Amino acid sequence: MNTMAMALMVSIQLLVTGMAVYFFYKVLTVKPKPEPDSYTDNDPV
Amino acid sequence: MSKSESWGSRVGLILAMAGNAVGLGNFLRFPVQAVNNGGGAFIIPYLVCFLLMGIPLLWIEWSMGRFGGRSGNHSTPYILDTMHRSNFWKYFGVFGIFTNIGVAAYYCYIESWTMSYVYHSLIGTFQGMSQTGVADFFTSYVDIGKSTTGIPYEAVVFYILCLVLNTFILSRGLQGVEKAAKIGMPLLIGFGVFLAYRGLTLGTSGASAEVPGASAWDGLNFLWTPQFDSLTNPKVWLAAAGQIFFTLSVGMGTIHCYAAYVRSKDDIALNAVSAGFMNEFVEVVLGSLIVIPIAAGYLGLDWVKENAGFGMAFQTMPFLFDKWGPILGVMAGVMWFGLLFFAGITSSLAMGTPWMGFMRDEFGWGRMKGAWSFGAIVLLLGLPTVIFFQHGVFDEYDYWAGTVSLVVFAMAEVILFSWIFGMDRGWKELNEGADIRVPHIYRFIIKYITPVMLIAVFLGALLTPVGNEWTAAFSSLFNGDGWSLDNGSIIRQIANTGLREQIAAAQGTPELAALKDRLFYTNMARGILLTAFLGLASLVYLSGVRRLKNQRPV
Repeated sequence: MNTMAMALMVSIQLLVTGMAVYFFYKVLTVKPKPEPDSYTDNDPV
Repeated sequence: MSKSESWGSRVGLILAMAGNAVGLGNFLRFPVQAVNNGGGAFIIPYLVCFLLMGIPLLWIEWSMGRFGGRSGNHSTPYILDTMHRSNFWKYFGVFGIFTNIGVAAYYCYIESWTMSYVYHSLIGTFQGMSQTGVADFFTSYVDIGKSTTGIPYEAVVFYILCLVLNTFILSRGLQGVEKAAKIGMPLLIGFGVFLAYRGLTLGTSGASAEVPGASAWDGLNFLWTPQFDSLTNPKVWLAAAGQIFFTLSVGMGTIHCYAAYVRSKDDIALNAVSAGFMNEFVEVVLGSLIVIPIAAGYLGLDWVKENAGFGMAFQTMPFLFDKWGPILGVMAGVMWFGLLFFAGITSSLAMGTPWMGFMRDEFGWGRMKGAWSFGAIVLLLGLPTVIFFQHGVFDEYDYWAGTVSLVVFAMAEVILFSWIFGMDRGWKELNEGADIRVPHIYRFIIKYITPVMLIAVFLGALLTPVGNEWTAAFSSLFNGDGWSLDNGSIIRQIANTGLREQIAAAQGTPELAALKDRLFYTNMARGILLTAFLGLASLVYLSGVRRLKNQRPV
């Protein structure tokens, strides 16, 4: 594989993976809104 | 869906949205578009279009959905009507149900192929088969008069099985859709990572006496070497915009429907980018590392250049997996078609929800009635694509319901959101409850850049010049020689120009008869789609009458 293609592939794939992981991590760690919210799994039983 | 319909969790909603976007195109369309449009350089306009058109469209559709949901509307006719009260927008919203039904009709057929191919991979049908044998197997499979398993009308049986499975999951409501996404998406990513690893590490180990120079690296080189001169070619930019558009499943009405179940105080801005980037990960990272390098690794780059296309998934990959030995070959086949199946089902499930939402909101139909009626309509519309597949009915559905309708709807909704509903209200809606700070520049992009890009995509499809050669077409126009349309342009498609030219040039009775048959089935497919659209518009009219009677806003 030539250097140019390798550099482009690695940089783009790292960028896209990084952004996907970053935003999903943010979703997982952001403080939930107080009830009642849109989601039922966290509702008090 | 019941009155208490809602999402179970935020992660479930994001996975369902990502599942809606991730489809077969991520693995098959993206790499082919890249190799045909400048290799590595294609990724530059592709990412620019993602930032300027993809992300804004996601934000717009999430915002519209949540805004409409606040008034108890879960499908586009009344979501659009809520944003600007007029019959025009209400009936325009029919596209947001029609597209889903039209696409589901043929999409479930592809999905049923993947289901059937998982079965055939498991029982070892492809073991020891030649490349031609695998390709012929597909041709036999879609010829409903033949059977590869002994089951009569096998393609129809698998299609109905697939549809029943979709309908059953839909009848469980949003929680069923969410559960399917929570199982399907991680499996899809897991299978994709395994196959991508194989593609990345195949190297020259697939070279054979027939193709001694075959190398997976050549495939990756071809895919990723930037040809910077292509950046000035409008064709490449249109292809990139088109790919972004189709990969995100925007312009369909499904995102609106999913977002309509989100409360105003809950975030949509972060949810939208998270689902969007998840789709990009599957497309750019996994999608580029499977089909092209594996095919180049065994069959050589020249073969890939000549044959890169959708058919590779079913007509080539099983032959290549067989080279990995009996156990790994079966595993790879199950993973590949399983991956395509999960990519397909998470999208087709989304297509059922706008119809169910509409019938519940307007006619009080429950989940069961909504889901099974959706299944019945899709079956009715889909059977012609199965039975007359080789006569072009499938392609016709794909063109009008799966391509043109999407572009028209997205173009109109962007104008509605930015210019009619108004950017001030739109921006406020997007930012309400947001867990991220939306960059202010996007206010400008959504108002000016995204609509211009969508109008360009639409005009590009409407007025495609001969051979899709835009530079030559503009030169011809400015030299006073006019603009010659390609037979693939919407205008020429409407008139069936290409087919009529073929009929005029046909030599011999069998060829002429086949072409005339194709023309008949093409017009029949259009008639079916038009009837479906008008039927849905009639339901919107009836719902308006009911709303008047019940003193609800019309």
